[in-house]
Amino acid sequence: MQVTRDFSHYVRDAGEGLRHIDLAVEGVHCAGCMAKIERGLSAIPDVTLARVNLTDRRVALEWKAGTLDPGRFIDRLEELGYKAYPFETESAEVAEVAESRFLLRCLGVAAFATMNVMMLSIPVWSGNVSDMLPEQRDFFHWLSALIALPAAAYAGQPFFRSAWRALSAKTTNMDVPISIGVILALGMSVVETIHHAEHAYFDAAIMLLTFLLVGRFLDQNMRRRTRAVAGNLAALKAETAAKFIGPDEISQVPVAAINPGDIVLLRPGERCAVDGTVIEGRSEIDQSLITGETLYVTAEQGTPVYAGSMNISGSLRVRVSAASEATLLAEITRLLDNALQARSRYMRLADRASRLYAPVVHATALLTILGWVLAGASWHDAIVTGVAVLIITCPCALGLAIPTVQTVASGAMFKAGVLLNAGDAIERLAEADHVIFDKTGTLTLPELEVMNAAAIPADIFELAGRLALSSHHPVAAAVAQAAGAKSPILSAVEEAGQGVRATIDGIELRLGRPSFCGAETLVGSAALDPEASIVAFSKGSDKFILSVRQGLRPDAKAVIAALKARNIGIEILSGDREPAVKAAAHALDIPEWRAGVTPADKIVRIEELKRRGAKVLMVGDGMNDAPSLAAAHVSMSPISAAHLSQATADLVFLGRPLAPVVAAIDASRKALHLMRQNLWLAIGYNVLAVPVAISGVVTPLIAAAAMSGSSILVMLNSLRARGASREIV
Amino acid sequence: MEILVILVPLALMLGGAGLVAFLWSLRSGQYDDLDGAAWRAIADDEPPQEAPAKR
Repeated sequence: MQVTRDFSHYVRDAGEGLRHIDLAVEGVHCAGCMAKIERGLSAIPDVTLARVNLTDRRVALEWKAGTLDPGRFIDRLEELGYKAYPFETESAEVAEVAESRFLLRCLGVAAFATMNVMMLSIPVWSGNVSDMLPEQRDFFHWLSALIALPAAAYAGQPFFRSAWRALSAKTTNMDVPISIGVILALGMSVVETIHHAEHAYFDAAIMLLTFLLVGRFLDQNMRRRTRAVAGNLAALKAETAAKFIGPDEISQVPVAAINPGDIVLLRPGERCAVDGTVIEGRSEIDQSLITGETLYVTAEQGTPVYAGSMNISGSLRVRVSAASEATLLAEITRLLDNALQARSRYMRLADRASRLYAPVVHATALLTILGWVLAGASWHDAIVTGVAVLIITCPCALGLAIPTVQTVASGAMFKAGVLLNAGDAIERLAEADHVIFDKTGTLTLPELEVMNAAAIPADIFELAGRLALSSHHPVAAAVAQAAGAKSPILSAVEEAGQGVRATIDGIELRLGRPSFCGAETLVGSAALDPEASIVAFSKGSDKFILSVRQGLRPDAKAVIAALKARNIGIEILSGDREPAVKAAAHALDIPEWRAGVTPADKIVRIEELKRRGAKVLMVGDGMNDAPSLAAAHVSMSPISAAHLSQATADLVFLGRPLAPVVAAIDASRKALHLMRQNLWLAIGYNVLAVPVAISGVVTPLIAAAAMSGSSILVMLNSLRARGASREIV
Repeated sequence: MEILVILVPLALMLGGAGLVAFLWSLRSGQYDDLDGAAWRAIADDEPPQEAPAKR
């Protein structure tokens, strides 16, 4: 059978006879990498463009359409020492990028207008106490209006739209008071200018928009960046499937290019990348990523297989099905939908603040107007004073209080190996006081490890590793990796379902089932470990037993202890068998655990905890965890998790250690503390400024100074979130 | 004060030119890779004989 790599799915036509492809590249950190990659790729004939994007860790390539195979770029990058894979921008990321650019454009327009209006305002402010003629002042006001009105109409769009959406849904958010404040300030200023009045607030209104857009842009940029990293990680998993393009011909195509009805080949040791049904072949499959169960399942004709299953022993032909056909998935999807609906009811801190804030501010403004009228002022003066109250209380600092902290905190988490999936994850994570761990793939590592490697002589272990290279079996692969084996034994023969054997210097070597190596008698005690796969190795008459299993994450015990020290409740809910869960719970000193739990049971348990008032953090990786990840107050997944779980989780952590869980909790607690502090700062400022505004002595100069002063104070306070997550455990 | 007739339009034009320049730089993708751009400024130029024809 012939195997080819087919990347045509990712290649775009760039016009003028050129082809374009985007690659995600791993390990690009500095200018040196950038130059090395660009030179290395440009040296390939026919390449017309090779440009690295260091922020997104991607390479854009263009070449003359013709004979050049995109696979060559990946090989070239591999020679240079970088892992790369073609990359397709998700629609979600495209939307984030477009939004990010739009906000930057709005920010540019608002900043331009602010600077120019300020230039016109300063002479007016100083002219009010010196000898400016009223005609000159009016002229400057009209010029300010000319700049500020169109600029506000353009740059205010993000706020006006969001406020309109909220009002149409009969709710309110932070953008409602912002929009009302800006529109009233501009409207009143125009009326005042027409009546040749002394004060106009064009400068305050447009400056308010500029500051708020800074906060909005930072927030958006953080999300865009997370999305880009997540997209790269997904691409670098390089999920491909061996698709039959003829009766006997196979092409290795990216998963994105596979359609329902296609037939793919699943070889031993491969992880299945699609959902489907077995149509030919017989094998054992490891479904631990789907169900949490570590015991292998027999797959034969008619057995459904899911993306994420590992094929262990034989080759399978799988007919790809649409995701919804499979019963397990349909059940999980149903649970997931219910759970997600429940979660969207969470109200963000900013929205809760604005729900209190807007009525108070608007009531104050109204009372100010009525108060002044009752005190004998004219309606005109009373309304001007009321609008001044609205302007000075416009939530400038309030709008910056949360996004600035979020941006700084997410940067700190990023360094600790945690990506944010949801914008409000920091707030929810900070509240968590009970952690539920899944066992398989979360507390344990997804890869297999040889547990008793130290007990075996080094030369024997190395030999076993070299022999293991000849087998596709995942357990053999784990042995080979643990032994650091590089050169396979050439004469090795694999006996399906039994093991591998070879002869070196007249001595027969065997690696496989204990019976295959004649080592049944040795198994005895090692078989007590319920999760371990036992393999035997024999060299002539010397026989050894290797115990292979998923090991606990290296720092799991320390992390559990750290969580306990923070007074956080811990329990394990696993779909795996009781002995396996019990052993892990024992090793980690977690008294509360449940085994053999179904996805629905996990949700029941979470609901029970919720009723008791606990805020649950769910940490899980399996597809069976996806509904409970959504049902929990906040959720985390390792990067090795099933697609569905990763998409559902609020946070994703990278790497082998479990420490990012604690780091994320610490960073988010600190961030929430700072957010609250910022809100109090903003409120404190309002408490000081409002009486001044009510008394009617506010001038545009005071409004502008107070607004920028409080905004800068809040931003500086947010920077303190940078120091978060230094000492982790 | 007649000088205002010249100064005000001049100031607005200069500000407007700045805005147009910003929008142009945004459109031409100069904000897409801020980290990379920072390094490119100090990177050595490619030796001419190594550099293949670029667009």
